[in-house]
Amino acid sequence: MVLTMFWGVAAFTAGVVIAAQLVWPQLSFDSEYLTFGRLRPLHTSAAIFAFGGTALIGTSFHVVQRTCRAQLFGGAPLGWFIVLGYQFFIVIAATGYLLGITQSKEYAEPEWYADIWLTIVWVAYLIAYLGTVLKREEPHIYVANWFYLAFIITIAMLHIVNNLTMPVSFFGTKSYSAWSGVQDAMIQWWYGHNAVGFFLTAAFLGMMYYFIPKAANRPVYSYRLSIVHFWSLVFIYIWAGPHHLHYTSLPDWAQTLGMVFSVMLWMPSWGGMINGLMTLSGAWDKLRTDPGLRFSVTAVGFYGMATFEGPVMSIKAVNSLSHYTDWTIGHVHSGALGWVAFIVFGSMYYLVPVLWKRPAMWSTRLIGWHYWISTLGIVLYISSMWVSGIMQGLMWRAYDELGFLQYSFVETVAAMHPFYFIRLLGGVLFLSGGLIMAFNMWRTVRGDKAQAVVPAATAAVAA
Amino acid sequence: MPTKIEKDSISGRDTTGHEWDGVKELNTPLPTWWVYTFYATILFAIAYCVLYPAIPSLSGHTTGLLGYTNRAALTQSLAEQNRERAKFVDRIRASSFDQIRKDPELFNFAVSGGRSAFQTTCMQCHGAGGAGSTGFPNLADDDWLWGGKIDQIHQTIQYGIRNSNDKSRNTLMPRFGADGLLTSQQVGQVTDYVLSLSGKAKATPEGAKIFQEQCVACHQADGKGNQEMGAPNLTDGLWLYGGSRDAVYRTIFYARNGSMPAWGERLDDATIKMLALYVHTLGGGK
Repeated sequence: MVLTMFWGVAAFTAGVVIAAQLVWPQLSFDSEYLTFGRLRPLHTSAAIFAFGGTALIGTSFHVVQRTCRAQLFGGAPLGWFIVLGYQFFIVIAATGYLLGITQSKEYAEPEWYADIWLTIVWVAYLIAYLGTVLKREEPHIYVANWFYLAFIITIAMLHIVNNLTMPVSFFGTKSYSAWSGVQDAMIQWWYGHNAVGFFLTAAFLGMMYYFIPKAANRPVYSYRLSIVHFWSLVFIYIWAGPHHLHYTSLPDWAQTLGMVFSVMLWMPSWGGMINGLMTLSGAWDKLRTDPGLRFSVTAVGFYGMATFEGPVMSIKAVNSLSHYTDWTIGHVHSGALGWVAFIVFGSMYYLVPVLWKRPAMWSTRLIGWHYWISTLGIVLYISSMWVSGIMQGLMWRAYDELGFLQYSFVETVAAMHPFYFIRLLGGVLFLSGGLIMAFNMWRTVRGDKAQAVVPAATAAVAA
Repeated sequence: MPTKIEKDSISGRDTTGHEWDGVKELNTPLPTWWVYTFYATILFAIAYCVLYPAIPSLSGHTTGLLGYTNRAALTQSLAEQNRERAKFVDRIRASSFDQIRKDPELFNFAVSGGRSAFQTTCMQCHGAGGAGSTGFPNLADDDWLWGGKIDQIHQTIQYGIRNSNDKSRNTLMPRFGADGLLTSQQVGQVTDYVLSLSGKAKATPEGAKIFQEQCVACHQADGKGNQEMGAPNLTDGLWLYGGSRDAVYRTIFYARNGSMPAWGERLDDATIKMLALYVHTLGGGK
């Protein structure tokens, strides 16, 4: 929890810094360590892997123990190894970025030594998780655990295949990919898209499936829907990667499959949204009194929006306009800020008082402030990116009346400048919200003096 | 093995009888609209796969009923653009610069096309509107290194400067200091002389003497340069690599010898002509 919050604030800060660099390029201060090219992977990895990943490991340990009525397999030692081993991975990966050590694969930048370490930690994670599920005291496996498990298994597969490389030397950092050309591109986006699909979607659906019913104190809306949308989601998602490579040298047939699977993904994704929102029926009044739950529900709303926008953008005709523009940036942030971060906030506002045995968060009003400031931040962020992205795409393809390209590239960059400023403002608001939350959490944890004895495995979760 | 099926009082639905840490599930059927929309997307996917290239096999893939490929679509769209422009482009190719300039419609087309090509290929170095920057000449003033007549501009664009093309403009200024032709002190003296030509420093007799011996062959006795050799005018106070004493000193010590690609190797004749016409209109055309 604490680490999640720390990485969250770090990721938001890095995001704000690079957003500011895009408005004022001189902010890299001519230092190679602070160029946009190095800070950008720092931001994405901090957001996805450090903030998101730590939140997932923490909540998954909590959820699996609670819903299996079993202590974590391997106990506290294995739990701590996974939590701290994962933190060590983040640190060696992030320091590498600043030093310019990178595989140049988006979301898979860490070089071979960090990849091998992550593989070890991840296999330990799988063993601990699966072991706990196997020794459960409940007759059935709860839906949240299906999603978490799909996430753990698939990420292991994606991580290993995409990072098959040959290091140049034992003591050097450089390695070369086992794949080349368009195969490399396809494997990279098979990885990249399913990092979104299984890391940022399936895993956080697992989080949603536990924390929304708990916070709302209502039964899950539909068991059947959860089964059907789980299997259709995991089956279809894995095929959708080629839509990142529309109109490239990727063969036409692969582009077609990437597109149609993305379109078919729409309803399976929305199954999660329906189950999340409809679970609230009979408990909508709680949204007035529980701003933490408001975060989770808004998250599901953004999730629904982003998972509709995604299939739309995967349609080739739309993609020819949206691809390579800021529209994509807006889309991933409606997912990352609106869905991932909000569901984490919602879950943490529920979980922190539970773990530290407090009656509630220190200040409910501050949660409300956090909610509104962050929501405003997201709205500024994604709407500015929509406008700037669509404008950018239209300017790229604009012909004048004589049939010549109307704008130079630099003119499109100049036109986006005001929107980059609005985006920065959105990022600053979101970061401010994160700081409010960190403060509130700190006060809650410090709270009253009576420190309850926390079971060892739960302490690992708290970390 | 449902253990304890209950009726949920709010929705009126039964639970499945499972319970985990207090969380139960309702036995709600799938929403009909969800199921049918899902079916619709699947039907769309099947239809799309029938129409477009989709299913791989060992020796190839299905091509789809429409016979669509990315490559063909691109070729077709480029061909369409070219067809629309062809009527003007053919005339530009066949006409002299004088003829083009006398035909307002054709001239307008050529300058638009030149501007568009300039924005794609030239702006990176020569800046928006040809304003230039350090090391990259300003094309919007009347200070020309290789001549500002339309034919001279055309030749510069077509064959470039100091590149591997046989016809590229190809003169080199010696590295007077680095190659030991002059001592550092002598380079300093001639630097002052060069700066004195635009009134920026005091000349010494030594500097003047070195200039007469080493520089006038290209830059001429009055320092006004020679466009035949690409030798810049040193008297007009315009400096490609900076006019500070240090910058001029370095220019003489190490030489500069900037280069430019031979665009004739990459762009078609009509585009080069349009570029020449556009650059000529920027402000300093002679």
